[in-house]
Amino acid sequence: MTAVTIAEDLVDALRGLASAAYPEECCGFLLSPAGDRSRATPRRVVAIEPAPNESAEERRRRFVISPRELASAEALAGRRGHEVTGFYHSHPDHPARPSEFDQDHAWPWYTYLILSIREDRSRGELGAFELEPTRREFRVVPLEIVPATAEASPAPA
Amino acid sequence: MAKATVRIPTPLRGFAGGLAEVVLEGENVGAIVRGLADAHPALRPHLYTADGHLRSFVSIFLNTSEIRTLQREATVVSDGDVISIVPAIAGGSHASAGGPRPVPIEATAPATALTPDELKRYSRHLLLPEVGLRGQRALRRARVLLVGTGGLGAPAALYLAAAGVGELGLVDFDRVELSNLQRQVLYGTDDVGRSKLDAAKARLEGLNPGVRVVAHETRLTSSNALDLLRPYDLVLDGSDNFPTRYLVNDACVLLGKPNVYGSIYRFEGQVSVFDARRGPCYRCLHPEPPPADLVPSCAEAGVLGVLPGVVGALQATEALKLLLGVGDPLVGRLLLYDALEMRFRELTLRKDPACVLCSPHATQTGLIDYPAFCGVAEPGATADDLPEVTPEELRAALASPDPPMLVDVREPEERAISNIAGSTGIPKAELPERVDELTRARSVVVYCRSGGRSADATRTLIGLGFTNVRSLKGGINAWAETVDPSLPTY
Repeated sequence: MTAVTIAEDLVDALRGLASAAYPEECCGFLLSPAGDRSRATPRRVVAIEPAPNESAEERRRRFVISPRELASAEALAGRRGHEVTGFYHSHPDHPARPSEFDQDHAWPWYTYLILSIREDRSRGELGAFELEPTRREFRVVPLEIVPATAEASPAPA
Repeated sequence: MAKATVRIPTPLRGFAGGLAEVVLEGENVGAIVRGLADAHPALRPHLYTADGHLRSFVSIFLNTSEIRTLQREATVVSDGDVISIVPAIAGGSHASAGGPRPVPIEATAPATALTPDELKRYSRHLLLPEVGLRGQRALRRARVLLVGTGGLGAPAALYLAAAGVGELGLVDFDRVELSNLQRQVLYGTDDVGRSKLDAAKARLEGLNPGVRVVAHETRLTSSNALDLLRPYDLVLDGSDNFPTRYLVNDACVLLGKPNVYGSIYRFEGQVSVFDARRGPCYRCLHPEPPPADLVPSCAEAGVLGVLPGVVGALQATEALKLLLGVGDPLVGRLLLYDALEMRFRELTLRKDPACVLCSPHATQTGLIDYPAFCGVAEPGATADDLPEVTPEELRAALASPDPPMLVDVREPEERAISNIAGSTGIPKAELPERVDELTRARSVVVYCRSGGRSADATRTLIGLGFTNVRSLKGGINAWAETVDPSLPTY
């Protein structure tokens, strides 16, 4: 199973985004250097790109990223030598683990980062998950937080 | 039966032998996609539910149209069509299932340190528990776009740079004028004539070398707005006109970004935060722009110099709160400030359930032609069929045996600064009721400061039946530059 690395700056940025969106869910894209899809090395998340939460339902407990946003994020990532390798979203006042709804709507191959955020913003847990090809399980994958690199930025420069 | 290309998205290629696209035959979209699942059974669970329906978050496009907007799976296919399977991504925290679940991983990353200089510079922030090291790092990572670096943008940019916001994007295309300095505190007397962005960048980087100032020396338009705004965390609208205000609002709604709004008029200001993800947008407040000639600009109406300072500082405050995630933002609230009464009032704004842009019934999905929407001419475009006279032509006409009647439609305060000899002062707003003071027997030339109000007045007079009326192009400022340099400009 793929391991994922993410720069610590991005974790801070994720917390900021989740906190700003609270009590609603925030969501967005995880970007890796193009070519990281080969599973030989850990997948490196080097940038994140926020997406509008287009859920027509309660945005406190749902997020939706439209195909249009995904296509435009992929195009933007491509121009910067990145590719979309996953998605993040926040769980306001819920633990950082996938809900049944998450699993039902997940896609294989992508990495899903879930950040829990509470009202007092005191702490947020971060979990990384991938859907099993059988769709039976949304498995936790080892996540390593690495020092910020020059390449890492809250959104691709 | 038609042959169509089916594009397979990256996450599903592993279930289709690594293929990015395949050509399949079928009479409609449903048959072709089912054919794909038959050829690659491992794909089936990702495309269809157990009872054989397309999963709700699988979007299928025929060429560029989503099939839900066509005849869904029954949509007929023609030879050469392209069918794309596109993921819509969804999830949520609710309805957590029971049973064993993966253990979340605690993120225990060490803080990205601030340098000793930063610790000193921001020490008064670091003492605030609401900011602290974490907040200061969040500010350092943040990117804020300021649309306009005039009266509102100038104080906001200074405070955001001083606060340590990592990147400030500035959008403007003007040059510094002497008449800006009464309120645009980013600029000094030496900057007059210089590009505003050059001067602003130098001043802000001098104030805080840790801030990256990115100059976007361009007019914000429907074609560049989305790309320009996209990399920023939030937008601070310091624009002075309705087309830009609607454009900023719409782009922010489409991109899901907060828009920190401010506007000023003489002694009064307004501030709000429009964040359509959790509150109303500017269109919920004003679905339609006011008629163009009802809204005078600062150049026409005047403004107390410190007023944009107060309003711009309030906008900067809201921007910092949003970036820090603290406090109660002005979402759904319109703050009104009256400097003469020295009073703040607050109105509650509600999301318009029929908003064309941000409601579930939104009909507008992209940017539009804002100058047309607001009923104003495209910037730089020549006015429709407005009869105009240049200063030189006016000078010749005034020296002729049959000189035109000259009407000054500015306010009395402006006439006191300078006026063209022999002119009659009738402020624009009083023109319809004082029209009898004009004689229809003679030709009429109308002037103001720079040509805007006189253009409106000329149209008004034409509407009242005047056939021989013209507007002085460039106003008294152009007259002073080309005909009578002894007159002051303002």
